Amino acid sequence: MTAALDVQGLTTRFATRGDPVTAVNDVSFSVQKGRILGLVGESGSGKSVTGFSVMGLIDAPGEISAGKVLVDGNDLRALSDEDMRKMRGNKVAMVFQDPMMTLNPVLRVGDQMAMAVRVHRKMSKTAALEESRAALEAVGIPSPEERLQAYPHQLSGGMRQRVAIAMALLHSPSVIIADEATTALDVSIQGQILAEVRDLADTTGAAIVWITHDLAVVSSLADDICVMYAGKIVERGTAQQVIDHPRHPYTKGLLDSIPALHEPGKHLPQIPGSTPQLSRLPQGCPFRPRCPRASDICKTVPPADTVDGQTVLCHHPLERT
Amino acid sequence: MFGYLVGRLSQAVVVVFAMSVIVFVGVYAIGNPIDVMIDPGATAEIRENLIRQYGLDQPLWRQYFTFVGNVFQGDLGQSMVYNISVTSLVFSRLPATLELVLVSVTIAAVVGIPAGLYAGYRPNSIGAKLIMALSVLGFSVPTFWIGMLLIMAFAVELGWLPSGGRGEVAEFLWFKTSLATSNGWSHVIMPAINLSLFKMGLLIRLTRAGMVEAMGAEYVRFARAQGLPDRQIVFSHILRNISIPVITVFGLELGSTLAFAVVTETVFNWPGVGKLIIDSILQLDRPVMVSYLVMVVILFVLINLIVDLIYARLDPRVRLKGGS
Repeated sequence: MTAALDVQGLTTRFATRGDPVTAVNDVSFSVQKGRILGLVGESGSGKSVTGFSVMGLIDAPGEISAGKVLVDGNDLRALSDEDMRKMRGNKVAMVFQDPMMTLNPVLRVGDQMAMAVRVHRKMSKTAALEESRAALEAVGIPSPEERLQAYPHQLSGGMRQRVAIAMALLHSPSVIIADEATTALDVSIQGQILAEVRDLADTTGAAIVWITHDLAVVSSLADDICVMYAGKIVERGTAQQVIDHPRHPYTKGLLDSIPALHEPGKHLPQIPGSTPQLSRLPQGCPFRPRCPRASDICKTVPPADTVDGQTVLCHHPLERT
Repeated sequence: MFGYLVGRLSQAVVVVFAMSVIVFVGVYAIGNPIDVMIDPGATAEIRENLIRQYGLDQPLWRQYFTFVGNVFQGDLGQSMVYNISVTSLVFSRLPATLELVLVSVTIAAVVGIPAGLYAGYRPNSIGAKLIMALSVLGFSVPTFWIGMLLIMAFAVELGWLPSGGRGEVAEFLWFKTSLATSNGWSHVIMPAINLSLFKMGLLIRLTRAGMVEAMGAEYVRFARAQGLPDRQIVFSHILRNISIPVITVFGLELGSTLAFAVVTETVFNWPGVGKLIIDSILQLDRPVMVSYLVMVVILFVLINLIVDLIYARLDPRVRLKGGS
């Protein structure tokens, strides 16, 4: 079966005054219909750039320099700009982090949604508003007719994000990319929305890439997890494998620093140091300076995929437990 | 809404009152109009009579209250120079200025806003850089100098356009305007362009700044992620968001051009109100100065009010509150 989304060797670079910086480095993953992939990493790990690369929304000085993005088997990178535009919102849709900022403050919700409907399907505005109303209803927004008349500032944060999700669903896309879509919301709202997203993936069959820094979020939501570090996927596997039996020391560090999973009363462990600057990556393994298991080989030789049922980019993966 | 209007209007009354005091005192300090009006050889008696006739022998505060009392009866006074009522004097000059300003702000907006949008949409293109360089010229090169260059080029050398004055007028709807005749247009176009350059430069820079900011905004990225074409993003999403600062400046510029198109009107010998106020200052024609400036204040208050109402239409987050 063709995967809904198949990313192969995706590499995205940004030109700087010095050498170009590789924000996404040879990243490959695929998501089947109706599955949710959690793309996890710290700020600056390249997870958002990966999302925007799939959408074809990388602006100069950035550039996708290699790789394929196959949606239902069609390579998006082979499309002209105009054809790519027709895919956006139609076959691949995206939901952004900040629901306060993503809706246009001076246009009614209904007008914005109707515009998004009509850009891909020819129909009257009345019909487009009806479509929008149905989409709002589908994501559990009460009294959708009134919401269509409202301006974004008259809605709560959770409501706005539901509107954004409803807009992403308008054309039943094959792939939805959600970039930190619940990060700015209250925990209780976040839980509701996550449950709805899980539901949507099951009912609509959309493949969802859920980008977040929060492993706790994906542990309850995702089917599969990719952990990104410094532009590369360092560990991948099913959610259960990755959460219960992390093999990469970085994943282990991330998991250990989730407060909820931690024993109370004890000092919360952290990963020492911070994400390296992409323009000044250390030789060898980029995680080496922060890694408790690093040895001499990590200083010089970049680790390759060690396939052992589970991809782990590490010279010294944790034992299978 | 109603409270807002009442608040705004009472605010306007206070401003007009304060303004009239300042202008009255200021004009009093400039000089004695009798010195300008009278033949230096006249006898002391004639001089005394004239001073008494205009009420200039009264203390300043009494002159002021006489003036205010007359204003409340709808009488802004007589021009000392033209010897006709100030109201009819100003209104005889107003159409000329109105048509000049109307044409010039239209040119400024029609050229400036699209140019600014383009310069903000493709900020690194050569066209954008050219537009920005020209916009700097537009509001840094003195108006009178460009005016004279235009006259040199199009009136003197090429002989295409008349060098100054207002053209033939014709009846249009219920008032006479030179915009109703082609001869009138040939007279108005050059001063209008001259007058528009500064505003055009301002609008270009303002629109561009708004556009550059909006292009990086999250809602624009979201609109692109929905597959909207750039044209629709610019015209349906961005334009409305950036129109608020543009309209503010446009309103202020409209007011100050109406009131003070002095330089252009002088260079092109345009018989408008700007020329009138300059002449009345030179001739110390007090009633004209005071009444005119009070009218200008009212004009500005009105324009600001209209701009505020447009805000509230454009941005649903703006709520008009009484008094503020």
